[in-house]
Amino acid sequence: MATLIGPGGTGDTGDTGQLPAPTLAPAGGMLGAAGGITGARSARRMARAVTSNRKATVGTALLVLFCFVGLFPGLIAHDNPSAEIYPRSLGPSAQHLLGTTAFGQDIWAQVIYGTRPVLLIAFGVGLGATVIATLIGVAAAYLGGAWDGVLNLLTDVLLVIPAFPLLIVIGSYLHGAGTGVLIAVITCISWSYTARQLRAQARSLRTRDFLEAARVRGERSFYIITVEIIPTMTSLLVAAFLTNALYAVLFSASLQFIGLGNPSVVSWGTMLYWAENNEAFQTGQALWIIVPGLCIVALGAAFALLNYAFDEIGNPALRPVRSMRRNRVTRPR
Amino acid sequence: MRFVLRRLSFFVLTLWVALTLNFLLPRLMPGNPALAVIGQYKGGVSPQALKALKAEFGLNTHQSMLSQYVTYLGDVATGKFGISLTTQPGNSVGRIVLDAIPWTLGLVGVTTILAFVLGTGIGIIGAWRRGGRLDSIMPPIFVVMTVIPYFWIGLVLILVFGVKLHWLPYFFSYNYTLTPGLNAAFISNVLEHAILPAFTLLITTIGTWILTMRNTMITTLAEDYVRMARAKGLAGHRIMLDYAARNAILPNLTGFAMSLGFVVGGAILIEEVFNYQGVGYLLLQAVNNDDYPLMQALFLLITVTVLVAILISDVATAVLDPRTRGAR
Repeated sequence: MATLIGPGGTGDTGDTGQLPAPTLAPAGGMLGAAGGITGARSARRMARAVTSNRKATVGTALLVLFCFVGLFPGLIAHDNPSAEIYPRSLGPSAQHLLGTTAFGQDIWAQVIYGTRPVLLIAFGVGLGATVIATLIGVAAAYLGGAWDGVLNLLTDVLLVIPAFPLLIVIGSYLHGAGTGVLIAVITCISWSYTARQLRAQARSLRTRDFLEAARVRGERSFYIITVEIIPTMTSLLVAAFLTNALYAVLFSASLQFIGLGNPSVVSWGTMLYWAENNEAFQTGQALWIIVPGLCIVALGAAFALLNYAFDEIGNPALRPVRSMRRNRVTRPR
Repeated sequence: MRFVLRRLSFFVLTLWVALTLNFLLPRLMPGNPALAVIGQYKGGVSPQALKALKAEFGLNTHQSMLSQYVTYLGDVATGKFGISLTTQPGNSVGRIVLDAIPWTLGLVGVTTILAFVLGTGIGIIGAWRRGGRLDSIMPPIFVVMTVIPYFWIGLVLILVFGVKLHWLPYFFSYNYTLTPGLNAAFISNVLEHAILPAFTLLITTIGTWILTMRNTMITTLAEDYVRMARAKGLAGHRIMLDYAARNAILPNLTGFAMSLGFVVGGAILIEEVFNYQGVGYLLLQAVNNDDYPLMQALFLLITVTVLVAILISDVATAVLDPRTRGAR
């Protein structure tokens, strides 16, 4: 059971910078046995883990659903989301499932077409920030010495500067950031947290025999980092991706909500911006605010559930107690 | 001592990075947007003040970047943040910010303490009664709570308790018709206006405290000294509080020290949604009005409070847990 996923996935409970906890993070311990699993086998294990963990199942299902909507919005909504062609502020009806906006746009179409930019930002930032975090975190840990000092300082400085206010300041200079700009800016600001986790994990690997062997073979640092170290951290990388994607969804929605995104892009955050500016609650258009918000929550929950599931798979102590009742320590009452 | 010095030098370094960002960002952006705004600005601000602002944002092109930078650092060190351009034209930025701080401290500060106390308590009990009703209901709920955008919860609460039920006010921090003063009517009005934003903040932040406390406590409960306490036959509540919780609370305590730093800038969107005139609301006003001097000062304020809190939390951890002192 404990080895469902090979490399010890510590996810959120890993190095938080505050917790020298003796037992929470199994960092090095579980890695030894799993040092050399092959891709196919770990993929099969991953699939089994997803189907056997309820959180993972729900998270995957939600994510697949949103991806489908983001890829084929035209199959689900037939209206042009930006066209201001209908009577204004209609209530929900068969023609307009969620009613229309104060500008006469179909809210259902906006929600459906608004999925794609959000997913682009989530995956773009998730991928970009994880790549930067991996390169910097693993390089710092593996190269050590002055490199470690410099890269680690960079990570720490970025980690403590408050991210959201910084995003607001940058956003205010940019005036209406489109999807691509949002991805770039959020990526640059948000990689540091996961870089720290990955560095901690890679450090615990440094003295392993298989790395020693590679060094003795005379491999170059780049080869060792990309071929020997990174593949052993797969589940931690997945966790890093999920964390970054979740933050990207929340950050971008917040920036768009306060009007720092490009307001003509149809996305959940900009919908909320227009709805709030047009006092949607007071005019009876509550769905204009409620539905995009629910979508943000559902997508965020998908990423978070998957992250928690990986955490539980990697750290059995956190699993719901049902599955471990048999060997529970007896306690008074 | 060496530890404290090291943390202190990190603090100074980070502060310098934040200052430099503040200085460089408007100059790095295409067309220096701050300059465009100030360059076109007319009215409300005296010519001398405007000239000073232009210098601050790099309009004096005959000055080199480096000497602009030195001037900027000197101004910040002596507390010269310039004047507001558009939000409250002509007023000094320092004055405006000082007026906003108490509102944020009152609303967000009190709520942060409440969330910490309640969350830690729930976490302790949840872990102690592992598998009980509290423990099985709480975590999934708060997993979901932590992914909901703060501002959206605020909006939904406004819809339910403000617009539909008319139970609570949801605009500004007190009724405009009242004159601020230390009388019962005004104070109760302020409290009434604080309920919805405070509740929004509470339910969105409490989850982290619960989960951290619960997870650390579960680990601690498996320690030998807890088993020892049980073997000795100590009362349940003593084991729970003095043996397990006392050792498990460290991550929460340092997290708490850190979260106090986020009080000033941590509720920007909640203040915005409720039009609550604190620091965050002011920041967004400055952003919407292109009031760059005010915006820069607020960003610095938010960053400095966070940095100070992190410094305190680092030192506190070292004092409370000797194991961390040797660690990097």
